[in-house]
Amino acid sequence: MLTAFTLPRLLHPGAWWIWALGLAVAAARTTNPLLLLLIAAVAGVVVAERRVAGPWGRSYLAFAKFGLVVIAIRVVLEILIGASDLGPTLFILPEVPLPDWMAGVKLGGIVTLSGLLLAVFEGLRIAVMLICIGAVNSLVNPSRLLRIVPAALYEVGVAVVVCMTTAPILVSDAGRIREARRLRGQPTAGPRAWAQMALPLFSGALERSVALAASMDSRGYGRTAGLSRTTRRITAGLLLLGILGVLLGLYGLLDGSTPGVAGVAVLGWPLLLVGAGLAAAGSLLAGRRVSRTRYRPDAWKLPEWLVALCGVVPAAVFIMLGSDQALTGPTTPPTWPEIPFVALVSLLVAMLPAAIAPPPPVTDSAVTPSRDRSAVAA
Amino acid sequence: MIEFQQVTFQYQDETKPQLRDVHLTIPEGELAVVVGATGTGKSTLLGLINGLVPHFTGGRLQGQVVVAGRSTAEFPPREMADLVGLVRQDPAAGFVTDLVEDELAYTMESLGVPADVMRRRVEETLDLLGLDQLRNRALRTLSGGERQRVAIGSVLTAHPRVLVLDEPTSALDPQAAEEVLAAIQRLVHDLGLTVVVSEHRLERVVQYADTVVIVHGDGTVTRHNDPSEAMAISPVEPPLATLGKRVGWDPLPLSIRDARRAASDLRQSLPPMPPLPIGTEHGPTVAQVAKLSAIRGNNPVLRSIDLQVNAGEIVAVIGRNGAGKTTLLRSFAGSQPPDSGTVQVRGMDPVKLSGKELVAKVGFVPQEPATMLWAESVAAECEAADSTSDLAPGTTLVLFQTLRNDIDPLTHPMDLSEGTRLALVVALVAAGAPDLLLLDEPTRGLDYCAKTELADVLREQALRGAAIVLATHDVELVAEACTRVIMLGDGDVVLDTDARSAATASPAFAPQVAKVFAPLQYLTVAEVTAGVLAQRDSGAKQ
Repeated sequence: MLTAFTLPRLLHPGAWWIWALGLAVAAARTTNPLLLLLIAAVAGVVVAERRVAGPWGRSYLAFAKFGLVVIAIRVVLEILIGASDLGPTLFILPEVPLPDWMAGVKLGGIVTLSGLLLAVFEGLRIAVMLICIGAVNSLVNPSRLLRIVPAALYEVGVAVVVCMTTAPILVSDAGRIREARRLRGQPTAGPRAWAQMALPLFSGALERSVALAASMDSRGYGRTAGLSRTTRRITAGLLLLGILGVLLGLYGLLDGSTPGVAGVAVLGWPLLLVGAGLAAAGSLLAGRRVSRTRYRPDAWKLPEWLVALCGVVPAAVFIMLGSDQALTGPTTPPTWPEIPFVALVSLLVAMLPAAIAPPPPVTDSAVTPSRDRSAVAA
Repeated sequence: MIEFQQVTFQYQDETKPQLRDVHLTIPEGELAVVVGATGTGKSTLLGLINGLVPHFTGGRLQGQVVVAGRSTAEFPPREMADLVGLVRQDPAAGFVTDLVEDELAYTMESLGVPADVMRRRVEETLDLLGLDQLRNRALRTLSGGERQRVAIGSVLTAHPRVLVLDEPTSALDPQAAEEVLAAIQRLVHDLGLTVVVSEHRLERVVQYADTVVIVHGDGTVTRHNDPSEAMAISPVEPPLATLGKRVGWDPLPLSIRDARRAASDLRQSLPPMPPLPIGTEHGPTVAQVAKLSAIRGNNPVLRSIDLQVNAGEIVAVIGRNGAGKTTLLRSFAGSQPPDSGTVQVRGMDPVKLSGKELVAKVGFVPQEPATMLWAESVAAECEAADSTSDLAPGTTLVLFQTLRNDIDPLTHPMDLSEGTRLALVVALVAAGAPDLLLLDEPTRGLDYCAKTELADVLREQALRGAAIVLATHDVELVAEACTRVIMLGDGDVVLDTDARSAATASPAFAPQVAKVFAPLQYLTVAEVTAGVLAQRDSGAKQ
């Protein structure tokens, strides 16, 4: 029988984002490699079960590869300029003497096991946070985010979407222009060639943008019938401040060591709440007199609440564990890390959306039909 | 419904008005076809209807344009959106979202239509235009005809009273054009929509027109209630009208049916075309592909193709959008290394050629000629071509001027009209006297005059000994200029024969004259005229 949980539909983008950000907050709070790998695995399981068709569905892997690069960079930096001298020495690089004014910075020298492990764990933490963002992009097509952008910020949203649609076209344009230059017997490498190729590329992009702007104008974009200019400015201001507040608040939650005022971490919950309040006020103000409507707005039903909750649980648990030793990856001495029971349970909860979120409908939007002219030409 | 009241319009940096003293009324429920040579101001006229001209383009407007009581002087295009739906030449350039369904809803969202009404109208429009199978598709995966229909649907959902279409079928293959025209017809007949269409390919639309609006070269505009009378004085005319004028039919036929009726006597008396097809004698092989396959993703675009192209041949590659025409051309040019099989041009692999050697062997005119241009002026482009091929300075410019003699060499290439830009690229490419000349859809945006000029250039190049391969949808050009036709279907060569048998074999790819005179194998107006003359001569002798 089809229920609210099994009838295929696209989940509200906000639910997936809250879930993913919750996992990312949890990841930010720990350097325990086992916990971090578990978080990546949980995200992976959910993506495997509920990802959308199309190129965005592959974001998880793309971000995972990017994460590996981050770890590699962190390790290389540690080897070159790391200053840790705790724990057993692994090997010694020739130390480059630096001038006096750079005292405190060391190039080369002793590389210790603890230093290296710390670098791996910290790199892993960033990598797993990236993986969480990759996961949400696999679960929600980023352009659907535009649907939950409040009317007052619509311009910003459209600008982002236009950029996203233009960028791939620019890449295929560049390919065709390069091809055309070769066919005219001109060199295709070197600064002079690039300068000459840039001209048709940018004039083409400009022409496209103008055509798009003309099309939007003749299709009623920016009709002023609804809100007055002042109201629009106030709402936009409130929303931007609100989003800034939310971002700073999130930052405070991610980084447990941010300074606080009188023992309260101002950057954490307080700012997050104030920001959310401002944004809500802006949305309400914008919604008072609607100038544009939304086609098939995303519903927020029980599955959305549950998916969001499944992301909030690990975040809350990891924040409450606070400075628990088990959240820190052991580097001195390097012992096998432990997994706190509550953390494990909270991550299992985060995996629930793989089963309880309604499956995305199977569309043929990913299929490239053989009649696609531009794809064949590109 | 649409009223132009003494309208004169001039773009900012031009010396004379584009449109002059236009007084024009288009009543409700009419399908009006706007006709005129390239660059005379058809698009300007269409843009004036919803105010995109001059609100968006700049320029000076005298007089006023009033649509359903709203003057564009007071209302900008966005305030006209509920009244006028405008689809411009390249529909893909106007898409704002990335899914078919969202695109259909976009205009309504801007207009603030309530959600339940939107939902209903989207469903209606999906049915009306036959788009229901495409609702969840990404816009970039659509074919040309589908894109055009989605673009029409996306303005239709706002329930405008006027629909304005700029060249809706120019870039489409014959079948896709049929889909779009059928949809337009339905809108006129079922919804009583006022539709204004401009189109270069008159042979496709003029038979459906209620009125014809002619934009003359001097910027004046006239409206004609009888399309057939309009064709008698129009600066551009479809082959049927030309034929009618030459053999003296009155009224001029606009549809194949009318023309076949008028030609029934002529079909009886005309001698059959000589069975020997034109262009059977040709030179040595210039280029060949053997077992050529190309794959995109998991889809084969070309499946193990064998072909030879010989000196002096003009080969048309036809087939639906996406049949592999462009891929075949790019393989010949070495732009796309084959996934399997071999390509040879004069015994060389074109992928390995570059610089002067490449220019001497392969000339390629891409679908968008603008990608070939980068210099500051026409003269600079021509100089670059001279120096690449070690030609005497000025050779290329002279060649270009034989095609277009009214262009200042200091003009920036991006300021040229589409037809002139194509002529420039053809000149740049032909200057190197390549053994193999490739053209991808060279007739987009060309009027009949420019097409005839292009056909002349192609024939000259073939006489010089070049092998020419062109990918095209334009059956009239095939009839006019080509000696051989290759039809691709889903990556296979479906047909490879001389142009005359190809054009008379299948109605989908037959030019108008061939349809009128079937089963006689006449292809062009010139052939029929010659036939009529020969018949008169023999009649006089008896």
